Amino acid sequence: MSVAESLQAPVAAQADEAPNAAGLKADAAKERMQLLGLCSPALLLVTVTMVLPVIWLFYLSFLSDEGTFSLEHYHRLTASKAYARIFYTTFQVSVLTTVICVAIGYPLAYFLAQLPRRAAALCMITVLLPFWTSLLVRTYAWLVLLQRKGLVNTWAIELGLWDEPIKIVHNLNGTLIGMVHIMLPFLVLPVYASMKAIDTDYVKAAANLGASPIKAFWKVFFPLSLPGLFAGALIVFVLCLGFFVTPAVLGGGRVIMVAMSITDTIELFFNWGAASALGVVLLIMTLGCLFAASKLLNLDRILGGGKGGH
Amino acid sequence: MSNNQAREEALPIFISNVTKTYGKVFALDDVSLDVKQGEFLTLLGPSGSGKTTLLMVLAGFTRPDHGSLRFGDREVIRTPPHKRDVGMVFQNYALFPHMNVAANVGFPLKLRNVPAAELAERVEGALETVQLGGYGERGIDQLSGGQKQRVALARAIVFEPRILLMDEPLSALDKKLREHMQIELRHLHDKLGMTTVYVTHDQREALTMSDRIAVINHGKLMQLDEPRTIYDFPANTFVADFIGESTFVPVAVAGGKVSYDGATLQTAMKPDGATKYNLMMRPERLSFVSGRKPKDVNVFKGTVSELVFQGESFLMYANLSDGTQVAVRGATQKDAMAIVPEVGESVSLGLHKDDTVLIPDTGDMPA
Repeated sequence: MSVAESLQAPVAAQADEAPNAAGLKADAAKERMQLLGLCSPALLLVTVTMVLPVIWLFYLSFLSDEGTFSLEHYHRLTASKAYARIFYTTFQVSVLTTVICVAIGYPLAYFLAQLPRRAAALCMITVLLPFWTSLLVRTYAWLVLLQRKGLVNTWAIELGLWDEPIKIVHNLNGTLIGMVHIMLPFLVLPVYASMKAIDTDYVKAAANLGASPIKAFWKVFFPLSLPGLFAGALIVFVLCLGFFVTPAVLGGGRVIMVAMSITDTIELFFNWGAASALGVVLLIMTLGCLFAASKLLNLDRILGGGKGGH
Repeated sequence: MSNNQAREEALPIFISNVTKTYGKVFALDDVSLDVKQGEFLTLLGPSGSGKTTLLMVLAGFTRPDHGSLRFGDREVIRTPPHKRDVGMVFQNYALFPHMNVAANVGFPLKLRNVPAAELAERVEGALETVQLGGYGERGIDQLSGGQKQRVALARAIVFEPRILLMDEPLSALDKKLREHMQIELRHLHDKLGMTTVYVTHDQREALTMSDRIAVINHGKLMQLDEPRTIYDFPANTFVADFIGESTFVPVAVAGGKVSYDGATLQTAMKPDGATKYNLMMRPERLSFVSGRKPKDVNVFKGTVSELVFQGESFLMYANLSDGTQVAVRGATQKDAMAIVPEVGESVSLGLHKDDTVLIPDTGDMPA
């Protein structure tokens, strides 16, 4: 009863000017709290599994082997040329993978977007099929296919494409083949979605105004599909930066990326501080790329599904 | 370019035997119709009637199963859309969102390699024609619905096509703006003189704007006539029902004489040999009759069943002697309302003989 009275008291007092204002305000606040309550499990999960470990990572990277504050791990990163090579390789593999994914994925997405709905759904399943198989299995499958006496070499020699088994795995080529295969769906999906969102009337209007099919594509369809293409390329690139399994297996020790270097530092040298410093640098570089992309390309629009034009 | 020149260049359109099927459904069923040089012709029909399909055939976006389509002397049925040289205004405008107004309007000129200075001049000219002079630098997002409509129009006319197609261009606008644009579009057509084919499902729009109306239903041409003729003398029950409001009253026809409830009717024209006829009664053509029967007017007796006030007009429903319910519409000025009977009273309704129009009963009576 006392709660009800205390709620009613101010309402009565203000009744002359703004009836029920306080009560309505309280209702709105209550609804906001309820919404917050709904997302609290996710919020908790992100805090425990993401925010706290990242803080811990930063903390570790500034601890010397003796347990005091120091910048020694960062000094080592800048001093050693080996680390510069590792970061260079990481970016090289990521850029190449992204470029090849775009070259293969964009036409594929375009093809899918032109198909009737049913056929497109069927083809989309085949694009997504690899997702149902473990990453490790897919990577080892490539190893089997691409090795010296693997299927690719044997068949190519039988068909007379080349005479000697050639090295297509345990190097950059093998790494790229595996990574492109794994990353392709991440590019195709957003590109396909953005293409599907393009009103077919735009292309019709271009044709009506005198544009040949090729001109209509380059002047109207392609620019409108760019937000999806940028989004897909960005996802692929950022995922590549932290990739581990595929370069480790298919690179044969010749392609060393940051994630692998982190594992080595921990498994071989038990140096958590150095490993954390590598992690921090990679994290900052990744965030830097995202930031630059958002500045350059207006990321809100890209992640918002590219409907900014409508 | 002077207006007269444009008028001379306008092309007539000859559509003959165009058929388009989707599976077993006829979207267009052997449609033949000609659009005269410089004419404003409206394709009118309910949704799914095939009117948009026909427009898409004209634009080249829909490939018919067979038929012939000529723009002037040129057979274009197999010509791809980008070589047809017709302007088109799309229902949702289809303005390119990644270009500003000037780039949108300049797009067709750029494709035609018009030099930059002339291009800018013609773009501004087209924008001025649609009363949007100085809007070139605006983004498409910054325009209101009515302005988008005008830009779409400017883009469709800037390259001076000799045929202009419009696919329900006003359907996204609110009622007031739509009615304003109807008049404006018509004036623009008269000024530019292009042969115009306009698609709408709005009969009032069609009546307002057109030189002639082609009523289409189930992929077939139901009637092609001037607005007045379409309204006053619909060729069949579908047209009579689709355009305007009407009540159908079954009448008896024997030996060239038409009668209802035992009384012979004076009609606008003689029955032309069909076996069954309905009398079409437009609500606004019926009037109240008191005292002696006036000359040249048929009188129907009934009982008022309902009276509805609709602002500028009222609607009265009355049951005739055979139970048919007819509607009567009238203005709501004081003196006009004074003679409107109350619900339950009996009433005598007059229909002038020129308004007594017989429609052959083809069995497809609307519900």
